[in-house]
Amino acid sequence: MTDLTASAPPSTEKKKPGLAGILFAGFWVVVFASLAYYLAASWNSDLFARYGLPYLEGLWVTVSLVVSSFVCGAILSVPIAFGRMAESRTARVPSFLFVYFFRGTPLIAQIFLVYYGFGEFRGFLDSIGLWWFFREAWFCALFTIALNSAAYQAEILRGAIESVPKGQWEGGRSLGISRSVIFSRIVLPQAMIVALRPYANELILLIKGSAIVAIITVYDLFGITRQAYARTFDFQTYVWAAVLYLVVVEILRRLTNFAEARVTRHMQR
Amino acid sequence: MLKILTSTLVSTTLLAAVPALAQESDADKDWSNIVVGTEGAYPPFNFLDASGELQGFDVDIARALCNEMGVECSFVTQEWDGMIPALQNGNFDLIVASMSITPEREEQIDFTNKYYNTPPAVAVLKDSDITDATEEALSGKTIGAQVSTTHARAAEEYFPDAEVRQYPSAEEYKLDIESGRVDAVLDDVVVLDQWLKSEAGACCKLLGTLPAEEQIYGEGIGIGLRKDNEKLQGMVNEAIAAIREDGTYEEIQSKYFDFDVYGE
Repeated sequence: MTDLTASAPPSTEKKKPGLAGILFAGFWVVVFASLAYYLAASWNSDLFARYGLPYLEGLWVTVSLVVSSFVCGAILSVPIAFGRMAESRTARVPSFLFVYFFRGTPLIAQIFLVYYGFGEFRGFLDSIGLWWFFREAWFCALFTIALNSAAYQAEILRGAIESVPKGQWEGGRSLGISRSVIFSRIVLPQAMIVALRPYANELILLIKGSAIVAIITVYDLFGITRQAYARTFDFQTYVWAAVLYLVVVEILRRLTNFAEARVTRHMQR
Repeated sequence: MLKILTSTLVSTTLLAAVPALAQESDADKDWSNIVVGTEGAYPPFNFLDASGELQGFDVDIARALCNEMGVECSFVTQEWDGMIPALQNGNFDLIVASMSITPEREEQIDFTNKYYNTPPAVAVLKDSDITDATEEALSGKTIGAQVSTTHARAAEEYFPDAEVRQYPSAEEYKLDIESGRVDAVLDDVVVLDQWLKSEAGACCKLLGTLPAEEQIYGEGIGIGLRKDNEKLQGMVNEAIAAIREDGTYEEIQSKYFDFDVYGE
């Protein structure tokens, strides 16, 4: 297990900040202070009373959509990742093409294609009994984001599994352990350490990327924000949305740190 | 500590200097060059033709006004719901994009006098079971409209028991009524009429026009400009009066419509 200590987190010994660092930190302190000042100075209780609840509903739409898409994407990504690593061409080619397409085209184009494109084939979708699904903007968003995320998650999973040294497999085999047990008890736990950060990254990207679903009439946090802005022309509406997104991402960041500490606890000294 | 203080001061000064440099006062400009902002996705008022050129009633009116004022005009297209901030940021000087003069918008920008005023209307699928454009008939139905427009607002106020879905531009709600995701759409009667006459509008029919309530629709469609810009506002108002007077307006109108769109 000597390999693992090499990938332990780098030392966190404190260094004295230089001038550039102080300038840089000073800049951000000013930015955040003026942001806080702006929000306090332009506090508008009418706005809050009118849009407070819709904002929270929008936040719920964002969070529930992203979490469901991420979970569906995770399930889908398993066969795709194994397809990418498979020996046989018939498994490798389709999974490669899937990843190639969904990583190579913008999410906004995929959402447009699914929502408005499938809308053109209503007759056909009706006849195979799928129209009820594609009729709803929310399901179209879930469908597209899940497929998109599956492509990225498959690559994360594949990269993580392949990063585990071959010796781990060989060691397990020499002890007479079956392949499935080697995979689930030896390889996967080590792969997950590598995959954790990229997974958290992907989730954060989805939270922010999901802001485009308003174009297909799903009123997520950003959709509500645009409506509120259209009525009030008050830039606060966007600032509050940014603050809410920041809060969600910060919570995720902390959860990731916690999870990382947990999965690497055998490496802590 | 001193270092932090100094750097804070430096960054604040830098931040404060940026907007000051960017803004040249509107009052000092001679307005020999004007940039006009429009959407380019709202036929027949403003749209991009097959070769990507801006066309439409708004565009022709803007050209006629520039001609009348004797100024050079150039056009830029801008997504509808960023129109007002883009004007305020100075990306262009005039909004000529079929924008209603509403009290909410007037808190942000100024408007010229109206240059047209047409009522809203409702369209439905040809085989729809909706027979009237009334609150009862549309209760429980889904209505599509363009986001951040007076029409989206009207859909909510006129039909409180209907679900209103808001689309980025007119193109999208047209697709969605055709696929049956919405039961009805609400927009300017001229916009709907033009679409229904075209091949793309073969799915649907006009259900009826609605009254344009003043608290939603204001006093008509005007040209938007930044606040405290009386000089340009005066120039454009004079030009509107002049093209109304000398027949240019009628000439442009007859190119697109066979009825009066100015109102009154």
